Amino acid sequence: MNNFSNSTLYNYLLGLADDALILGQRTSEWCSRGPFLEEDIALSNVALDYIGRARMFYQYAAEVEGKGRSEDDLAYFRDEREFSNLLINELPNYDFAFSMVRQYFLDVHACLYLQGLTASTDQHLAAIASKAIKESRYHLKRSQTWLLQLGLGTEESNKRMQTAIDELWGYTPEMFMMTETETQLSTAGIAVNRDNLLQQWTATVTADIRSADLQIPDQQWQVVGGREGKHSEHLGHLLAQMQILQRSYPGLEW
Amino acid sequence: MQHISVVTPEYAARRAMRANSDCPQLWSTLDTVFDPELPQVTIWDLGILVDVQQLGARRCKVVVSPTYSGCPAIDVISEDIVSALNSAGVKQVEVAVSLSPAWSTDLISPAGKAAMLSQGIAPPDKSVNCPQCGSEHTSVISQFGSTACKALYKCNDCLEPFDYFKEF
Repeated sequence: MNNFSNSTLYNYLLGLADDALILGQRTSEWCSRGPFLEEDIALSNVALDYIGRARMFYQYAAEVEGKGRSEDDLAYFRDEREFSNLLINELPNYDFAFSMVRQYFLDVHACLYLQGLTASTDQHLAAIASKAIKESRYHLKRSQTWLLQLGLGTEESNKRMQTAIDELWGYTPEMFMMTETETQLSTAGIAVNRDNLLQQWTATVTADIRSADLQIPDQQWQVVGGREGKHSEHLGHLLAQMQILQRSYPGLEW
Repeated sequence: MQHISVVTPEYAARRAMRANSDCPQLWSTLDTVFDPELPQVTIWDLGILVDVQQLGARRCKVVVSPTYSGCPAIDVISEDIVSALNSAGVKQVEVAVSLSPAWSTDLISPAGKAAMLSQGIAPPDKSVNCPQCGSEHTSVISQFGSTACKALYKCNDCLEPFDYFKEF
Protein backbone atom coordinates (compact mmCIF):
# COMPACT_ATOMS: atom_id res chain seq x y z
CA MET A 1 0.00 0.00 0.00
CA ASN A 2 1.44 3.36 -1.01
CA ASN A 3 1.41 6.06 1.62
CA PHE A 4 0.83 8.89 -0.83
CA SER A 5 -2.31 9.94 -2.66
CA ASN A 6 -2.94 10.01 -6.40
CA SER A 7 -2.85 13.79 -6.33
CA THR A 8 0.75 13.67 -5.08
CA LEU A 9 1.81 11.62 -8.09
CA TYR A 10 -0.32 13.81 -10.36
CA ASN A 11 1.42 16.98 -9.15
CA TYR A 12 4.82 15.42 -9.64
CA LEU A 13 3.99 14.31 -13.20
CA LEU A 14 2.62 17.74 -13.99
CA GLY A 15 5.92 19.32 -12.97
CA LEU A 16 7.86 17.03 -15.29
CA ALA A 17 5.36 17.59 -18.10
CA ASP A 18 5.36 21.39 -17.68
CA ASP A 19 9.17 21.47 -17.73
CA ALA A 20 9.20 19.61 -21.03
CA LEU A 21 6.34 21.53 -22.67
CA ILE A 22 7.56 25.00 -21.79
CA LEU A 23 11.13 24.33 -22.93
CA GLY A 24 9.80 22.65 -26.08
CA GLN A 25 7.53 25.58 -26.89
CA ARG A 26 10.28 28.10 -26.15
CA THR A 27 12.82 26.25 -28.29
CA SER A 28 10.32 25.93 -31.14
CA GLU A 29 10.42 29.74 -31.44
CA TRP A 30 13.78 29.24 -33.15
CA CYS A 31 12.03 27.49 -36.04
CA SER A 32 12.73 29.59 -39.18
CA ARG A 33 15.00 31.88 -37.11
CA GLY A 34 18.04 29.62 -36.63
CA PRO A 35 21.48 31.05 -37.44
CA PHE A 36 21.71 28.72 -40.45
CA LEU A 37 19.49 26.07 -42.01
CA GLU A 38 21.00 22.95 -40.44
CA GLU A 39 20.96 24.52 -37.00
CA ASP A 40 17.38 25.64 -37.53
CA ILE A 41 16.40 22.02 -38.19
CA ALA A 42 18.38 20.78 -35.20
CA LEU A 43 16.68 23.26 -32.86
CA SER A 44 13.26 22.28 -34.18
CA ASN A 45 14.06 18.60 -33.68
CA VAL A 46 15.15 19.17 -30.10
CA ALA A 47 11.93 21.13 -29.50
CA LEU A 48 9.96 18.22 -30.96
CA ASP A 49 11.66 15.74 -28.63
CA TYR A 50 10.55 17.89 -25.69
CA ILE A 51 6.96 18.17 -26.93
CA GLY A 52 6.93 14.38 -27.27
CA ARG A 53 8.25 14.04 -23.75
CA ALA A 54 5.61 16.45 -22.47
CA ARG A 55 2.89 14.38 -24.14
CA MET A 56 4.05 11.19 -22.42
CA PHE A 57 4.03 12.88 -19.00
CA TYR A 58 0.68 14.66 -19.58
CA GLN A 59 -0.99 11.46 -20.80
CA TYR A 60 0.15 9.67 -17.68
CA ALA A 61 -0.82 12.63 -15.46
CA ALA A 62 -4.31 12.73 -17.00
CA GLU A 63 -4.69 9.01 -16.40
CA VAL A 64 -3.58 9.33 -12.76
CA GLU A 65 -5.88 12.31 -12.19
CA GLY A 66 -8.79 10.24 -13.45
CA LYS A 67 -11.15 13.16 -14.10
CA GLY A 68 -11.49 12.58 -17.80
CA ARG A 69 -9.14 15.41 -18.76
CA SER A 70 -6.86 14.86 -21.74
CA GLU A 71 -3.24 15.78 -22.39
CA ASP A 72 -4.50 18.73 -24.45
CA ASP A 73 -6.72 19.95 -21.60
CA LEU A 74 -3.70 20.02 -19.31
CA ALA A 75 -1.54 21.86 -21.84
CA TYR A 76 -4.07 24.38 -23.13
CA PHE A 77 -6.56 25.03 -20.37
CA ARG A 78 -4.47 25.78 -17.33
CA ASP A 79 -3.42 29.29 -16.36
CA GLU A 80 0.03 30.65 -15.63
CA ARG A 81 -0.15 30.10 -11.88
CA GLU A 82 -1.10 26.46 -12.41
CA PHE A 83 2.07 25.76 -14.39
CA SER A 84 4.84 24.39 -12.22
CA ASN A 85 7.79 24.39 -14.62
CA LEU A 86 11.25 25.54 -13.58
CA LEU A 87 11.93 29.20 -14.32
CA ILE A 88 15.00 28.48 -16.44
CA ASN A 89 12.77 26.72 -19.00
CA GLU A 90 10.53 29.76 -19.58
CA LEU A 91 13.17 32.47 -20.02
CA PRO A 92 13.16 34.01 -23.51
CA ASN A 93 15.70 32.75 -26.03
CA TYR A 94 17.55 36.08 -26.28
CA ASP A 95 20.44 35.04 -28.56
CA PHE A 96 21.80 31.70 -29.76
CA ALA A 97 24.45 31.66 -27.02
CA PHE A 98 21.79 32.04 -24.33
CA SER A 99 19.66 29.23 -25.77
CA MET A 100 22.66 26.93 -26.05
CA VAL A 101 23.95 27.55 -22.54
CA ARG A 102 20.47 26.92 -21.15
CA GLN A 103 20.15 23.76 -23.23
CA TYR A 104 23.58 22.61 -22.07
CA PHE A 105 22.77 23.16 -18.36
CA LEU A 106 19.48 21.32 -18.77
CA ASP A 107 20.96 18.50 -20.87
CA VAL A 108 23.61 17.69 -18.25
CA HIS A 109 20.85 17.74 -15.64
CA ALA A 110 18.42 15.67 -17.72
CA CYS A 111 20.99 12.93 -18.34
CA LEU A 112 21.55 12.55 -14.59
CA TYR A 113 17.90 12.94 -13.65
CA LEU A 114 16.53 10.51 -16.24
CA GLN A 115 19.22 7.98 -15.38
CA GLY A 116 17.82 7.98 -11.84
CA LEU A 117 14.24 7.85 -13.12
CA THR A 118 14.91 4.70 -15.18
CA ALA A 119 15.24 2.94 -11.80
CA SER A 120 11.88 4.29 -10.55
CA THR A 121 9.59 1.75 -8.92
CA ASP A 122 6.84 3.23 -11.08
CA GLN A 123 7.11 1.17 -14.28
CA HIS A 124 5.39 3.77 -16.46
CA LEU A 125 7.82 6.49 -15.36
CA ALA A 126 10.80 4.18 -15.80
CA ALA A 127 9.65 3.44 -19.36
CA ILE A 128 9.31 7.13 -20.25
CA ALA A 129 12.76 7.80 -18.76
CA SER A 130 14.41 4.99 -20.71
CA LYS A 131 13.01 6.52 -23.89
CA ALA A 132 13.85 10.13 -23.08
CA ILE A 133 17.38 9.58 -21.78
CA LYS A 134 18.61 8.45 -25.17
CA GLU A 135 17.38 11.71 -26.66
CA SER A 136 18.91 13.82 -23.90
CA ARG A 137 22.28 12.13 -24.34
CA TYR A 138 22.16 13.06 -27.99
CA HIS A 139 21.08 16.63 -27.17
CA LEU A 140 24.01 16.90 -24.78
CA LYS A 141 26.52 15.91 -27.46
CA ARG A 142 25.31 18.86 -29.48
CA SER A 143 25.01 21.50 -26.73
CA GLN A 144 28.39 20.48 -25.30
CA THR A 145 29.96 20.88 -28.75
CA TRP A 146 28.44 24.35 -29.12
CA LEU A 147 29.65 25.35 -25.65
CA LEU A 148 33.22 24.54 -26.68
CA GLN A 149 32.96 25.92 -30.19
CA LEU A 150 31.51 29.25 -29.15
CA GLY A 151 33.60 29.55 -25.99
CA LEU A 152 36.78 28.94 -27.98
CA GLY A 153 35.50 30.81 -31.04
CA THR A 154 35.82 34.55 -31.51
CA GLU A 155 36.04 37.27 -28.91
CA GLU A 156 32.39 38.08 -29.62
CA SER A 157 31.13 34.48 -29.30
CA ASN A 158 33.11 34.00 -26.08
CA LYS A 159 31.66 37.21 -24.65
CA ARG A 160 28.10 36.18 -25.50
CA MET A 161 28.56 32.76 -23.94
CA GLN A 162 29.96 34.30 -20.76
CA THR A 163 27.05 36.75 -20.59
CA ALA A 164 24.62 33.84 -20.95
CA ILE A 165 26.37 31.80 -18.24
CA ASP A 166 26.33 34.79 -15.86
CA GLU A 167 22.65 35.43 -16.53
CA LEU A 168 21.56 31.78 -16.24
CA TRP A 169 23.69 30.72 -13.30
CA GLY A 170 21.25 32.01 -10.69
CA TYR A 171 18.46 29.94 -12.22
CA THR A 172 20.31 26.63 -11.88
CA PRO A 173 19.82 26.05 -8.10
CA GLU A 174 16.10 25.53 -8.74
CA MET A 175 16.93 22.39 -10.74
CA PHE A 176 18.12 20.76 -7.51
CA MET A 177 15.37 21.87 -5.15
CA MET A 178 13.03 19.19 -3.85
CA THR A 179 9.35 19.94 -3.39
CA GLU A 180 7.45 18.22 -0.59
CA THR A 181 5.79 16.08 -3.23
CA GLU A 182 9.11 14.97 -4.63
CA THR A 183 10.54 14.19 -1.21
CA GLN A 184 7.56 11.98 -0.46
CA LEU A 185 7.77 10.20 -3.80
CA SER A 186 11.52 9.84 -3.67
CA THR A 187 11.21 8.05 -0.32
CA ALA A 188 8.79 5.68 -2.04
CA GLY A 189 11.36 5.03 -4.79
CA ILE A 190 9.28 6.78 -7.46
CA ALA A 191 10.87 10.21 -7.88
CA VAL A 192 14.55 11.07 -8.12
CA ASN A 193 16.31 12.79 -5.24
CA ARG A 194 17.64 15.97 -6.85
CA ASP A 195 20.11 16.60 -3.99
CA ASN A 196 22.14 13.64 -5.20
CA LEU A 197 22.64 15.12 -8.66
CA LEU A 198 24.18 18.45 -7.68
CA GLN A 199 27.73 17.27 -7.12
CA GLN A 200 28.07 15.49 -10.44
CA TRP A 201 26.29 18.24 -12.35
CA THR A 202 28.62 20.86 -10.88
CA ALA A 203 31.72 18.76 -11.63
CA THR A 204 30.74 18.21 -15.28
CA VAL A 205 29.64 21.78 -15.90
CA THR A 206 32.69 23.28 -14.20
CA ALA A 207 35.07 21.12 -16.24
CA ASP A 208 33.31 21.87 -19.54
CA ILE A 209 33.07 25.61 -18.89
CA ARG A 210 36.79 25.75 -18.10
CA SER A 211 37.64 23.77 -21.25
CA ALA A 212 35.65 26.30 -23.23
CA ASP A 213 37.78 29.15 -21.84
CA LEU A 214 34.80 30.48 -19.89
CA GLN A 215 34.34 31.23 -16.19
CA ILE A 216 31.95 30.01 -13.52
CA PRO A 217 30.37 33.17 -12.06
CA ASP A 218 31.08 33.87 -8.42
CA GLN A 219 27.79 35.65 -7.73
CA GLN A 220 25.56 34.00 -5.17
CA TRP A 221 22.07 35.16 -6.21
CA GLN A 222 19.36 32.71 -7.11
CA VAL A 223 15.78 32.90 -8.37
CA VAL A 224 13.23 30.22 -7.54
CA GLY A 225 9.45 29.80 -7.46
CA GLY A 226 8.44 28.05 -10.68
CA ARG A 227 7.36 24.85 -8.96
CA GLU A 228 4.93 26.89 -6.83
CA GLY A 229 3.52 28.67 -9.85
CA LYS A 230 5.40 31.90 -9.19
CA HIS A 231 6.74 32.76 -12.61
CA SER A 232 8.64 35.44 -14.45
CA GLU A 233 6.71 37.87 -16.64
CA HIS A 234 7.74 35.78 -19.64
CA LEU A 235 5.56 32.72 -19.06
CA GLY A 236 2.26 34.52 -19.54
CA HIS A 237 3.27 35.70 -22.99
CA LEU A 238 4.44 32.24 -23.96
CA LEU A 239 1.16 30.68 -22.80
CA ALA A 240 -0.90 33.33 -24.56
CA GLN A 241 0.70 32.44 -27.85
CA MET A 242 0.54 28.70 -27.26
CA GLN A 243 -3.00 28.55 -25.92
CA ILE A 244 -4.89 31.20 -27.90
CA LEU A 245 -6.28 28.87 -30.55
CA GLN A 246 -7.74 26.37 -28.09
CA ARG A 247 -8.99 29.15 -25.81
CA SER A 248 -10.73 30.89 -28.72
CA TYR A 249 -12.08 27.72 -30.30
CA PRO A 250 -12.19 25.08 -27.55
CA GLY A 251 -11.84 21.54 -28.86
CA LEU A 252 -10.72 22.64 -32.31
CA GLU A 253 -9.02 19.85 -34.26
CA TRP A 254 -6.93 19.68 -37.39
CA MET B 1 29.84 -0.36 -52.74
CA GLN B 2 29.50 -3.65 -50.90
CA HIS B 3 27.63 -3.20 -47.65
CA ILE B 4 27.44 -6.30 -45.51
CA SER B 5 24.92 -6.02 -42.71
CA VAL B 6 25.43 -8.18 -39.69
CA VAL B 7 22.34 -9.56 -37.96
CA THR B 8 22.22 -8.02 -34.50
CA PRO B 9 21.15 -10.16 -31.53
CA GLU B 10 18.20 -7.75 -31.09
CA TYR B 11 16.99 -8.35 -34.61
CA ALA B 12 17.60 -12.10 -34.34
CA ALA B 13 15.32 -12.13 -31.27
CA ARG B 14 12.57 -10.33 -33.19
CA ARG B 15 12.91 -12.69 -36.12
CA ALA B 16 12.60 -15.70 -33.81
CA MET B 17 9.52 -14.21 -32.15
CA ARG B 18 7.88 -13.63 -35.49
CA ALA B 19 8.73 -17.15 -36.67
CA ASN B 20 7.03 -18.60 -33.60
CA SER B 21 3.91 -16.46 -33.93
CA ASP B 22 0.56 -18.17 -34.48
CA CYS B 23 -0.64 -15.49 -36.90
CA PRO B 24 1.94 -15.31 -39.73
CA GLN B 25 -0.63 -13.85 -42.12
CA LEU B 26 -1.06 -10.75 -39.96
CA TRP B 27 2.69 -10.17 -39.95
CA SER B 28 2.71 -10.51 -43.74
CA THR B 29 -0.09 -7.99 -44.06
CA LEU B 30 1.88 -5.55 -41.92
CA ASP B 31 4.84 -5.96 -44.27
CA THR B 32 2.86 -3.70 -46.60
CA VAL B 33 3.03 -0.79 -44.14
CA PHE B 34 5.95 1.55 -44.74
CA ASP B 35 7.41 4.29 -42.63
CA PRO B 36 6.03 7.58 -44.03
CA GLU B 37 9.40 9.30 -43.68
CA LEU B 38 11.45 6.41 -45.07
CA PRO B 39 10.01 5.18 -48.36
CA GLN B 40 10.72 1.46 -48.93
CA VAL B 41 11.45 0.71 -45.29
CA THR B 42 8.63 -1.27 -43.68
CA ILE B 43 7.65 -0.81 -40.05
CA TRP B 44 8.87 -4.38 -39.49
CA ASP B 45 12.29 -3.65 -41.00
CA LEU B 46 12.60 -0.42 -39.02
CA GLY B 47 11.90 -2.29 -35.80
CA ILE B 48 8.99 -0.12 -34.69
CA LEU B 49 6.55 -3.02 -35.15
CA VAL B 50 6.90 -4.82 -31.83
CA ASP B 51 4.15 -7.42 -31.85
CA VAL B 52 0.83 -8.47 -33.34
CA GLN B 53 -1.67 -10.76 -31.66
CA GLN B 54 -4.79 -12.37 -33.03
CA LEU B 55 -7.59 -11.76 -30.52
CA GLY B 56 -10.46 -13.28 -32.46
CA ALA B 57 -11.61 -14.16 -35.96
CA ARG B 58 -11.57 -10.53 -37.08
CA ARG B 59 -9.85 -8.87 -34.18
CA CYS B 60 -6.20 -8.16 -33.45
CA LYS B 61 -3.86 -6.02 -31.39
CA VAL B 62 -0.73 -4.40 -32.80
CA VAL B 63 2.05 -3.02 -30.61
CA VAL B 64 4.34 -0.31 -31.97
CA SER B 65 7.25 1.55 -30.41
CA PRO B 66 8.06 5.08 -31.63
CA THR B 67 11.62 5.87 -32.72
CA TYR B 68 11.70 9.25 -30.94
CA SER B 69 9.18 10.47 -28.38
CA GLY B 70 8.29 13.48 -30.51
CA CYS B 71 8.06 11.50 -33.74
CA PRO B 72 5.13 13.05 -35.64
CA ALA B 73 4.87 10.00 -37.91
CA ILE B 74 3.51 7.68 -35.22
CA ASP B 75 -0.13 8.77 -35.73
CA VAL B 76 0.09 8.24 -39.49
CA ILE B 77 1.72 4.86 -38.94
CA SER B 78 -1.12 3.80 -36.63
CA GLU B 79 -3.68 4.83 -39.26
CA ASP B 80 -1.79 2.95 -41.97
CA ILE B 81 -1.71 -0.18 -39.80
CA VAL B 82 -5.46 -0.05 -39.21
CA SER B 83 -6.24 0.51 -42.87
CA ALA B 84 -3.89 -2.30 -44.05
CA LEU B 85 -5.46 -4.79 -41.66
CA ASN B 86 -9.00 -3.60 -42.43
CA SER B 87 -8.36 -4.21 -46.12
CA ALA B 88 -7.18 -7.72 -45.25
CA GLY B 89 -10.49 -8.39 -43.51
CA VAL B 90 -9.49 -7.73 -39.92
CA LYS B 91 -12.27 -5.40 -38.81
CA GLN B 92 -11.27 -4.59 -35.26
CA VAL B 93 -7.72 -3.36 -34.85
CA GLU B 94 -6.28 -1.99 -31.66
CA VAL B 95 -2.93 -0.21 -31.90
CA ALA B 96 -1.00 0.15 -28.66
CA VAL B 97 2.12 2.27 -28.25
CA SER B 98 4.80 0.73 -26.07
CA LEU B 99 7.71 2.74 -24.65
CA SER B 100 9.68 -0.01 -22.98
CA PRO B 101 11.96 -1.53 -24.05
CA ALA B 102 12.89 1.66 -25.89
CA TRP B 103 13.33 1.42 -29.66
CA SER B 104 16.91 1.26 -30.83
CA THR B 105 18.67 1.05 -34.20
CA ASP B 106 19.84 -2.46 -33.21
CA LEU B 107 16.29 -3.60 -33.96
CA ILE B 108 16.55 -2.66 -37.66
CA SER B 109 16.69 -5.62 -40.04
CA PRO B 110 19.46 -6.12 -42.61
CA ALA B 111 16.79 -5.62 -45.32
CA GLY B 112 15.85 -2.31 -43.69
CA LYS B 113 19.45 -1.12 -43.80
CA ALA B 114 19.76 -2.19 -47.44
CA ALA B 115 16.56 -0.28 -48.28
CA MET B 116 17.92 2.87 -46.63
CA LEU B 117 21.12 2.59 -48.62
CA SER B 118 19.18 2.24 -51.86
CA GLN B 119 17.43 5.52 -50.98
CA GLY B 120 20.70 7.38 -50.47
CA ILE B 121 20.50 7.22 -46.68
CA ALA B 122 23.54 5.87 -44.84
CA PRO B 123 22.29 3.19 -42.44
CA PRO B 124 23.35 3.19 -38.77
CA ASP B 125 26.81 1.67 -38.52
CA LYS B 126 30.16 1.95 -36.75
CA SER B 127 31.52 4.20 -39.49
CA VAL B 128 29.44 6.59 -41.57
CA ASN B 129 30.11 5.77 -45.22
CA CYS B 130 28.91 7.82 -48.16
CA PRO B 131 25.85 6.08 -49.67
CA GLN B 132 26.80 7.40 -53.13
CA CYS B 133 30.49 6.49 -53.52
CA GLY B 134 31.16 4.39 -50.42
CA SER B 135 33.93 6.63 -49.14
CA GLU B 136 34.73 6.57 -45.44
CA HIS B 137 35.87 10.18 -45.56
CA THR B 138 32.71 11.89 -44.39
CA SER B 139 31.99 14.70 -41.96
CA VAL B 140 28.95 15.85 -40.03
CA ILE B 141 27.13 18.98 -41.18
CA SER B 142 24.37 18.89 -38.58
CA GLN B 143 23.52 16.40 -35.87
CA PHE B 144 19.89 16.60 -36.98
CA GLY B 145 18.78 16.06 -40.57
CA SER B 146 15.40 16.08 -42.26
CA THR B 147 13.88 14.13 -39.35
CA ALA B 148 14.84 13.53 -35.71
CA CYS B 149 16.19 10.07 -36.56
CA LYS B 150 18.69 11.34 -39.13
CA ALA B 151 21.83 13.47 -39.08
CA LEU B 152 23.15 15.44 -42.04
CA TYR B 153 26.58 14.47 -43.39
CA LYS B 154 28.68 15.26 -46.41
CA CYS B 155 31.16 13.15 -48.32
CA ASN B 156 34.65 14.68 -48.42
CA ASP B 157 35.49 12.75 -51.61
CA CYS B 158 32.46 13.05 -53.90
CA LEU B 159 31.17 16.13 -52.00
CA GLU B 160 27.57 14.87 -51.90
CA PRO B 161 25.57 15.75 -48.79
CA PHE B 162 23.53 12.85 -47.41
CA ASP B 163 21.30 11.74 -44.56
CA TYR B 164 22.72 9.37 -41.99
CA PHE B 165 20.29 7.28 -39.95
CA LYS B 166 21.73 7.87 -36.47
CA GLU B 167 22.90 4.96 -34.37
CA PHE B 168 20.57 5.28 -31.41
